[in-house]
Amino acid sequence: MSWSADSVNQVARRASGSLLQRALRLDPVLLGLLILLSGVGAMVLYSAFGNRIEPIQNHAIRLGAGFALMVVMAQIPPWRLAPAAPWLYVATLVALTTVFLVGEFGGGARRWLEIGPVRFQPSEVMKLALPLMIAWLVARGTLPIKLGKSTIGLLMIGVPAAMISVQPDLGTAVVVAATGLIILFLAGASWRSILALAAAISAAAPALWIFGMQGYQRQRVLTFLDPERDPLGAGYNIIQAKIAIGSGGIFGKGWTNGTQAHLDFIPERHTDFVFAVLAEEFGLLGVIMVVALYGAIIARALWITYGAQDTFSRLLAGGLTLTFFLYSYVNMGMVVGLLPVVGLPLPLISYGGSSIVTLMAGFGILMAIHSHRRMWSA
Amino acid sequence: MSLDLLPDRTGERRVVRRRLTLAVVIIAIMFMAVIGRTAYLQVAQYDYLSARSQDNRVRLAPVDPTRGIIADRQGRVLAENRSAFSLVIIPEQVADMEALLAELDQLLDLSEAEIAAFREARRRSRSFHEIPLRLELSESMVAELTVNRHRFQGVEVKPQLVRHYPFGESGSHVLGHVGRISREELARADRRRYRHTSFTGKAGVEAFHEDRLQGRLGVERIETNALGRPLRVLERDPPVPGNDIQLTIDIELQQVAEAAMGDHRGAIVALDPRSGEVLALASLPTFDPNALARGLDGASFQALNQDWRQPLFNRATQGRYPPGSVIKPLLGLAGIAGDYIDPDEIVHCHGRFNLPNVSRTWRDWRPEGHGPVDFIQAVAQSCDIYYYQLAHTMGIDAMHQWMTRFGYGLRTGIDLPSERDGVMPSRDWKRRVLGEPWYTGETINTGIGQGFMLTTPLQMATTTALIANRGVPIRPRLVSNQTLAQPPVEGLEPLTDIDESLWELTVDSMIETVHGPRGTARATGAGLGYQMAGKTGTAQVIGIGEDEEYDEETLDARFHDHALFTAFAPAENPEIVVAVMVEHGGSGSATAAPMARQVIDAWLNREESEGELVRR
Repeated sequence: MSWSADSVNQVARRASGSLLQRALRLDPVLLGLLILLSGVGAMVLYSAFGNRIEPIQNHAIRLGAGFALMVVMAQIPPWRLAPAAPWLYVATLVALTTVFLVGEFGGGARRWLEIGPVRFQPSEVMKLALPLMIAWLVARGTLPIKLGKSTIGLLMIGVPAAMISVQPDLGTAVVVAATGLIILFLAGASWRSILALAAAISAAAPALWIFGMQGYQRQRVLTFLDPERDPLGAGYNIIQAKIAIGSGGIFGKGWTNGTQAHLDFIPERHTDFVFAVLAEEFGLLGVIMVVALYGAIIARALWITYGAQDTFSRLLAGGLTLTFFLYSYVNMGMVVGLLPVVGLPLPLISYGGSSIVTLMAGFGILMAIHSHRRMWSA
Repeated sequence: MSLDLLPDRTGERRVVRRRLTLAVVIIAIMFMAVIGRTAYLQVAQYDYLSARSQDNRVRLAPVDPTRGIIADRQGRVLAENRSAFSLVIIPEQVADMEALLAELDQLLDLSEAEIAAFREARRRSRSFHEIPLRLELSESMVAELTVNRHRFQGVEVKPQLVRHYPFGESGSHVLGHVGRISREELARADRRRYRHTSFTGKAGVEAFHEDRLQGRLGVERIETNALGRPLRVLERDPPVPGNDIQLTIDIELQQVAEAAMGDHRGAIVALDPRSGEVLALASLPTFDPNALARGLDGASFQALNQDWRQPLFNRATQGRYPPGSVIKPLLGLAGIAGDYIDPDEIVHCHGRFNLPNVSRTWRDWRPEGHGPVDFIQAVAQSCDIYYYQLAHTMGIDAMHQWMTRFGYGLRTGIDLPSERDGVMPSRDWKRRVLGEPWYTGETINTGIGQGFMLTTPLQMATTTALIANRGVPIRPRLVSNQTLAQPPVEGLEPLTDIDESLWELTVDSMIETVHGPRGTARATGAGLGYQMAGKTGTAQVIGIGEDEEYDEETLDARFHDHALFTAFAPAENPEIVVAVMVEHGGSGSATAAPMARQVIDAWLNREESEGELVRR
């Protein structure tokens, strides 16, 4: 059975009555939660910037661009997106290769690619291209996924992840890889193969430690294991973040009253460590509120995933949702000291970065999946 | 190829949904872990981490108190605090300390001692504390440093109070000076009052009255950022300033005394016999306390400390000299009061004195002798033979007993550090110190204030004041607004057993010295508008053989006699006592007496204008 324009219109009409849904195909609940979180983020950033408004304006512009892209992406129905997946994946891979080669032979590390006036990071695009590709690949067969297809999937994941990691951008590489792996996991990859992969990674870890990691990366892991080992050097960030969080107490020091943040004790407080600023100024209550917001966004996205009507959409939505979770968790876990320091921003709160745009594009896809449902019960 | 998105197959949907459910569980656990970990930090570790956050940002900075001002009896300021700009370095803000020091050296010409002191202070100080490099910057240096500020990261020009002595070298032995507290001093000091960069009195009144002059440190709680840069003062516990001190010294009289000494080395002490107030206490040569307060480098200090003229040495309270003939009035009084002689008894002086069975001959300073002399003439003409005789009659035990009662050999108890006693020798003393028995010949020497006997110039003044007061001893003091009761010097009590008339007789003998036709100080007494009582003294530095003549012309200057003179005036109702000691100055009458007259003249003719303590 193939989809017709009629059925599409039917979906649109039958969707609930809001203008956002009908005309823009946006999910009002998800949109509201995203705006709320962005607002909280902007407040925290304002304080982290020492009560300066200009950076917040820049931040708002970038957020605006993200939301705009979200709206655009929401218009593309999944059945249009799916066929484009392999092409997008291949094109992004080519772009990555180009960046890799330029980096290799052009001297110095590079992440950016310029095509005419357009300047973009292939690794960012890969964050979307890879889940699209894997979801497309998996959806072509039957579930649960067979071992052979899993292996192909692993290859498709491994190649771009490796290229990104040598940029070097280990954080993004891990996230990109995780996105793909999550989809394989959702596709029902057998526990035996999951365990086998985990075993392979553990076995490769020493090799990765010696050959795959930069000095500073090894340092980060060591420091994570014992931050007081080097309290003025690598451990400084972790210790100061811990002090900031702990001294916030249950109710926090109050907005713009965080001494750790305002006296420059928290390093990278507008980017990777913004969560510490939040915890210091808004206390445990603020933390619970923000974690609850993330939880709500993820819950809504999962609800959309549950409601997705085909395997491709379902896997894609699940992959995007869990990636968003992974982002927020890795950052918060790092700041509170559950994970080693990896340079990942806190989604929708950290300042700057092109990742926010990619992230919003992902939410656009989620909304498209939701708003372009077919009504089977019609 | 077109992708065929087939309608969902129920089985496949179940596969994904099962995995999604698992994911939800994992998500919930992980978010709970984040919240749990945060709660652990914010609730369980709250006290500890919030204390650490306070430690992070709040620094306690001591604030130096203002040191008390020292003024003279007229309220003229002798020691004050001037604000000066000092150069301090905060090492944590310096990228390359050696390069910085090299650059500053070009600009300021740093001495090795300054750099060494800086390194030492740096080793001792806590992080993010300022460490002084130079205390007083000239205005041009301040300007230069300000202009080149960008080049000197971590360098600050800070206003600081620096002790200043406006009269410079004048009265420096009385005032003493301040200096940076030493590590040993700091170890003993009350840490509420001193910190490692504090100043403390090192000598003189500055040291003796340290407790009054030094206040208590204040504390500022300063908020700093992660770089240690101070941002604002959160709280301030102000320092308690030190108490001002008014001295009994009259700086004008002090200057008169110092000028009178000229290029000689020696000491002049002037005091008011009625109260014991010291009016002037000069020790020459002097030093500049300003240089010491700013901190001399090692070489300059060594040079000052090892100068053969000993400028740092307070001759007035620490110098011990044979008193020579200046003891004669009191020794005579002792002889009369002890019934060893009759004041009217005539002794025939032929210039020589012999003891039975002793081959040695003691000679008078006047080879031909003085002829017949009674007590008054013996003092006035300073007849040595009279006193050889008296000493022989009294014996050393009685001499020791009487002279000690007068205060010889005892500290006067002046409020200055390191005062020395003198020596009033006795059999006991000699056995104790030299391990030898007493010989009769030594008694004879002691009769004219020679031999083992030593006094400080201050002691000469206080013993003279005893005569001026007709038997009432005084304890000299430098601080007039001292609330502390002045205990008398131990063992020194009013000499009530000596008849008033005997004191008058003693005074008369000293008046005769100055005003009598044959008095040794008659040249000084000529043309005086008031009556002065005095006594000359010429103390031998080296032993002159019994048959040798003392000849100044042929003798090396450092073997010249010390010139001494003690006096008070007006004789009937004394307002001032003066003791003069000139090292190797020759004769007391020629060198010392005129100096004393200058001081007494200045004091008795002064314009009375005593005022309150003046604060600038």
